[in-house]
Amino acid sequence: MNTVAVGEKPGFLQKTILYLILWLGAIMSAFPFYWMFVVGTNDRSAVFHIPPKLVWGNLLLTNMEKVIERILFFRSMYNSFILASLETVFVLFFCALAGFAFAKYEFPLKRSLFILVLGTLFVPQQLSLLPNYIIMAKLHWIDDFKAIIVPGMVNAFGIFWMRQYIEAAVSNDLIEAGRIDGCSHFRIFWRIILPIITPALSTLGIFTFMYVWNDFMWPLVVLKSQEHFTLQMTLRQLLYNRDGVDYGMVMAATFTATLPLLLVFLLFNRWFISGLTSGAVKA
Amino acid sequence: MSQTIVAANVGKPPKRPFWTERRRTASTAYLYISPFFILFLIFGVYPIFFTFYLSFFKWNAISPMKYVGFQNFALIFEDPTFWVSLMNTILMGIMGTVPQLIVALLLAVALNSAIVRFKNFFRIVYFLPNITSIVAVTLVFSVIFSNQGMANMLLDWLGVTTDVAWNSGWWGVKIAIAVMIFWRWTGYNAIIYLAGLQSISPELYEAAKIDGANSRDALFKITIPLLKPFILFTILTSTIGSLQLFTEPFVFLGTSGTGATRPEGITMVIYLYREAFTNSYFGTAAATAVVLFLFTIIFSLINLMITNRLGSSGSSLGGAK
Repeated sequence: MNTVAVGEKPGFLQKTILYLILWLGAIMSAFPFYWMFVVGTNDRSAVFHIPPKLVWGNLLLTNMEKVIERILFFRSMYNSFILASLETVFVLFFCALAGFAFAKYEFPLKRSLFILVLGTLFVPQQLSLLPNYIIMAKLHWIDDFKAIIVPGMVNAFGIFWMRQYIEAAVSNDLIEAGRIDGCSHFRIFWRIILPIITPALSTLGIFTFMYVWNDFMWPLVVLKSQEHFTLQMTLRQLLYNRDGVDYGMVMAATFTATLPLLLVFLLFNRWFISGLTSGAVKA
Repeated sequence: MSQTIVAANVGKPPKRPFWTERRRTASTAYLYISPFFILFLIFGVYPIFFTFYLSFFKWNAISPMKYVGFQNFALIFEDPTFWVSLMNTILMGIMGTVPQLIVALLLAVALNSAIVRFKNFFRIVYFLPNITSIVAVTLVFSVIFSNQGMANMLLDWLGVTTDVAWNSGWWGVKIAIAVMIFWRWTGYNAIIYLAGLQSISPELYEAAKIDGANSRDALFKITIPLLKPFILFTILTSTIGSLQLFTEPFVFLGTSGTGATRPEGITMVIYLYREAFTNSYFGTAAATAVVLFLFTIIFSLINLMITNRLGSSGSSLGGAK
């Protein structure tokens, strides 16, 4: 902390204010996670303890037992996991294929079609909510995971993301060489392109997984039976209780539900953050 | 006989198979992009037209549709709850978004400062709130904003003796929800601004300093104009996001899953949801969706205009804003 940049302004006061701002921001961001953990490991009175309890207890398992009694916690976690994984696989496959076509193939109307793809990014989801619900009803997909997976199997942002990356990272010579060696179109994609674009796939994969895992409104509209509920839907049920809410239990559940994504994030944060900013730079 | 064949062959290129390399390539490309367009036609294009169409009909999703013209729009415009939901959406949007973007910019500038250590650590921590599900965030904050929760404890400690009814008061609800939005998105936007700041070449500041510019000039003449695309991006995404506000108020105030929400926190999307899935008024719900869409366009255009002015005055008028 003692290293002062050569020559110029960083006065002591300025530096203190700077770090004060940064730490305040950090504490604000991280505190609710810690608080979730503290309350989740204590009994129900801990929430209203004065001054606020800041030390964790040992009741996480007891609280989780109560959660499991009240809601289908692990069943819904499994549902969320299956939905998010399947969706991610589809999105990666179809977006990479389309992105590859837009990056490296020549075909009539390519430009207009790509602009059309981008244009769809600006259409609010709510505008198609009702008809999509009706379509699902007609297809008899209400309360079926297909209603969640099929409409989201490929999306405009993913195509855009893949196109940008493939255009920059894959040289035409490589594709040319593959053609000369007699590779089919699909074989080139599968054996040459996919391995090269792993970083882009990781970013898109993480974001897709996170999006599906955390989505709330569409599952709420199309899923009807308890055993098909996603994690977010069952979590919500914990808040309604005639005899006062047991916040220890609620926080134990939210903490456990947040843990998988938290771990994924801490492992892959570099990809998360690069994906986030490159989306912004280009838009 | 043989002469006519020769003549015919001169007129056109030598005979080629239909599946030329070019055609094969083009059709492969079409095949690769077709999943998107097929799904988009079914779940994107058709629904949009159908929503507009549906907004002119009375329908409960079961009995035959009945054409009613603009009556659905008249109905929602006469419904006080619609206006409450519109008002709430705008208020919560402004309360959640404006402080958020200012603080995000502040954090980004601080983080971009040359003397800061642990930059990566801060970046990771700031992004943390964004990965949490909105439902989880809302549950945590509903604890903090419960009657004897931490928010009121803090108010007591600050000497403000009256407890605020965060989950039923007109302003209480809005503040609580604005805080949730603020918490979730500030770090996200800070990281976007940081990316923007890092794309500005330090040489520009050096040159300005040599020309006698102070730090205020640097902020208004270099930083803000060059950051404009990033500011525009965050303003647009947050505006669109706030117009679609649903989960936070729905979970914070919803009761036993019926979708009914107290008037203090009802938003346009909750109104839409309630019209369709609680009351089975699909026509008015569609009309609400159309109005929401128009508002999205109007607000985006207003934002574009304001941001354009901000940027141009910053560079030409010397920071007078």
